[in-house]
Amino acid sequence: MSGEPDAPPALELRGIDKRFGAVHANRAVSLAVARGSVHGLIGENGAGKSTLMNIVYGFHPADAGEIFVRGRRVHIHRPHDAIAAGIGMVHQHFMLVENFTVLENVVLGVEGSRLLAGGLARARTELERLARDHGLEVPHDATIENLPVGLQQRVEILKALFRGAEILILDEPTAVLTPQEADALFRMLGQLRAQGKTVILVTHKLREIMAITDRVTVMRQGAVVAEVDTRATSPRDLAEKMVGRAVLLQVEKKAAQPGEVLLKVNDLEVRDRFGVSRVKGASFELRAGEIVGVAGVSGNGQSELLEALAGIRAPSRGEIWWAGRDLVRESVGARERRILGLAHVPEDRLRMGVVAKFSAQENAILGYHNDSTYNRGWLLNRAAIFADCEKKMADFDVRPPNPRLRFSGFSGGNQQKLVLAREIEHEPRVLLVGQPTRGVDIGAIEFIHRRLVALRDAGKALLVVSVELDEILGLADRILVMAGGEIVGEVPRAEATEEKIGLMMAGVREEGRR
Amino acid sequence: MSAPAKLPRWTEFGLLPAINLVAALLLSGVIVKLIGESPWAALKLMLDGSLGSQDGIGYTLYYATNFIFTGLAVAVAYHAGLFNIGAEGQAYVGGLGAGLVCLGLGDWPFWAVLPLAVAAGAVFGAAWAFIPAWLQAKRGSHIVITTIMFNFIGSALMTYLLVNVLIKPGQQSPETREFAPNAFMPAIHELLAKVGITFAPTPFNFAFVLALAAAAFVWVFVWRTRWGYALRVVGENPAAAVYAGIRPPRVIVGAMLLSGALAGCLGLNELMGSQHRIVIDFPGGAGFVGIAVALMGRNHPVGIVIAAVLFGALAQGGSQLSFDMPKINRDMVVVIQGLVILFCGALENLFRAPLALLLARRRKPDAGD
Repeated sequence: MSGEPDAPPALELRGIDKRFGAVHANRAVSLAVARGSVHGLIGENGAGKSTLMNIVYGFHPADAGEIFVRGRRVHIHRPHDAIAAGIGMVHQHFMLVENFTVLENVVLGVEGSRLLAGGLARARTELERLARDHGLEVPHDATIENLPVGLQQRVEILKALFRGAEILILDEPTAVLTPQEADALFRMLGQLRAQGKTVILVTHKLREIMAITDRVTVMRQGAVVAEVDTRATSPRDLAEKMVGRAVLLQVEKKAAQPGEVLLKVNDLEVRDRFGVSRVKGASFELRAGEIVGVAGVSGNGQSELLEALAGIRAPSRGEIWWAGRDLVRESVGARERRILGLAHVPEDRLRMGVVAKFSAQENAILGYHNDSTYNRGWLLNRAAIFADCEKKMADFDVRPPNPRLRFSGFSGGNQQKLVLAREIEHEPRVLLVGQPTRGVDIGAIEFIHRRLVALRDAGKALLVVSVELDEILGLADRILVMAGGEIVGEVPRAEATEEKIGLMMAGVREEGRR
Repeated sequence: MSAPAKLPRWTEFGLLPAINLVAALLLSGVIVKLIGESPWAALKLMLDGSLGSQDGIGYTLYYATNFIFTGLAVAVAYHAGLFNIGAEGQAYVGGLGAGLVCLGLGDWPFWAVLPLAVAAGAVFGAAWAFIPAWLQAKRGSHIVITTIMFNFIGSALMTYLLVNVLIKPGQQSPETREFAPNAFMPAIHELLAKVGITFAPTPFNFAFVLALAAAAFVWVFVWRTRWGYALRVVGENPAAAVYAGIRPPRVIVGAMLLSGALAGCLGLNELMGSQHRIVIDFPGGAGFVGIAVALMGRNHPVGIVIAAVLFGALAQGGSQLSFDMPKINRDMVVVIQGLVILFCGALENLFRAPLALLLARRRKPDAGD
């Protein structure tokens, strides 16, 4: 597994320090990664893992500190230097040219000659060798946009290896993968390790650390708080180190008591602006007192479904029944739906749910700004808005509890808590929640999950869309699985397993359905 | 980080514009020197000409009144995420509305003519902004392009009307007959004379007070009402507006109507206060200066009033300068104004990063995380 005991580490960082203005992103971080190992780097959002890796890859200069590759001091000022030192990086968002072929993407920037043909031919032989050695098969002449996400990621890894990478950094590589694709990735990483390559896996998912790494470094608030052998630790222990206190990884909840149907969706079809069908005939019911989870790999129609339900996007076909009214036929807009009691926490809060430049109190009335509570005659009732925001911040433990602070100044968890507070405190009957804990730290995740369960216990209906399968399994009483715009299966929580849901997410239908 | 550096408020709204202004004046000084005049003498002439006498102050504030109206027009559109380049045309056509009221109802008492003239100016200006607004909201035609086009259309329309329809019979120059004295905006020196204060006679008139009232109105509207709130949400994040149930097309049209109405009030100052008739090309570029005024005033009414006075002083001091220094002609003055616009508007981030760095270094000892 690890290299010879006396060999210098593949990558060693000593005293890396980095500030962005007032934010101390990395505090004297030291880290040693053994050659031929898979090393996990774990921490909450904002813990400084990405900053650290971006320094190693030459995106940011460090304020202080040294980088050693196989015992030799290297100076990395830009990605080019990192590549020369044998470091490759696979980004969370792929850096591929969508309408180029695999081969063209691999040679991009290292064509090696003025004419393309020579470089491409050499690349082809090299890729064949890499495929043999590491089991990295890809169709060389396929266009990137036609490849499934898992294969696109493989191309990214090949790109790095083609450039001679001995150390491979993967930043949150499983965010876009189904559980099965993630397993395939881990097998691939295992093979790379067996060939003597070194892998650094940056993630916030404990499961992945436990599944593949040899050693793990935990970061918190810019500093390394622990470095341990994976065998000698447990998910609970790692979570505690990440957060700095004991946390509940599992939501505690009683069995659901589903009541009357509050929302009934019938054969709903949603098209995007190019006329492509994104949701293809979805039908389901939402009952009072239950949480329905929508599982699926990102981009399989969940976002469009959520937006159609919230009244942001007009469906091209189908019905949404609410208290005897078809909201589609009556074209009830987002504002009216809120008044009816259909609230919505959007998937991407910064893109859609808030105005990041506004203060917290201005964001706390978004969508409800016409309410009589917030207005006095023609003017906004500033005292009421301020008091209301203070109350929401107190109820949802938003820190710092200052309504005048700019929204973008809050951490992800506190931002999300404020958005949830806004939607929940207006006492909706149905709450649509997209990615309830995206970009949210573990401590806040626990809090948010408890609030959602409490809302369910108060007899409300919740529809939770999440790409984190663990979250769906933890929260939902009933699970809908979406793949390719269709609801490919519905599973009661008691019968749901990760494997079963994962297969459905990959498009394998539940037996007996259709 | 790549985002513009954040500065404390006093620096953002006070020190930084001042530095930009000084930089513009320094460069202007170099140019004046190159022409062979003394920069100090030129600066002194400009200051004396614009702020050194009652005469100068009167003219400065008279020009500033135009710039306040157009600056506010640009700012309101800006807060809705729209770049209204058409204040010039909206002011021109708006002036037609105010002028027609004055021509038609000149025998009514002034306090009856005034509200009608204000309303007509606003409605005509808003109407001229409506078509570009509608095209943007419903068809996605870019408002920058359409408002520029509407400046030309407005200009051609007004020329046609003044040459063929509204021209005073038996006259060569394309302008209407003079308004009846009842429709004159009272000059400030006349109003001051009534309370026993003597002030040099200038075109500085009551429209300045209306402009300040418009500035106060814009402040209340944008930051203290739910409509202004919706407008700012659309401007900052249209997706969030849709999420919140705000309809961006409506807000876009509403914001442009208000913008056009504000620009349309320019005629109150220029026509009712000074020309006392509708003349050809009376906005004289104030619509474009309004863009610079809004930029420099950070799209805030207080900043706009201050910036408008500055540009008023540049206009007045500039004409004084070209009058007294033969080597510096009208075009040179435009160059100086252009430099001020360049530094305060287009290059406003030039000194931001160094300044932020300097301040951060000074405060480093107490900088927490």
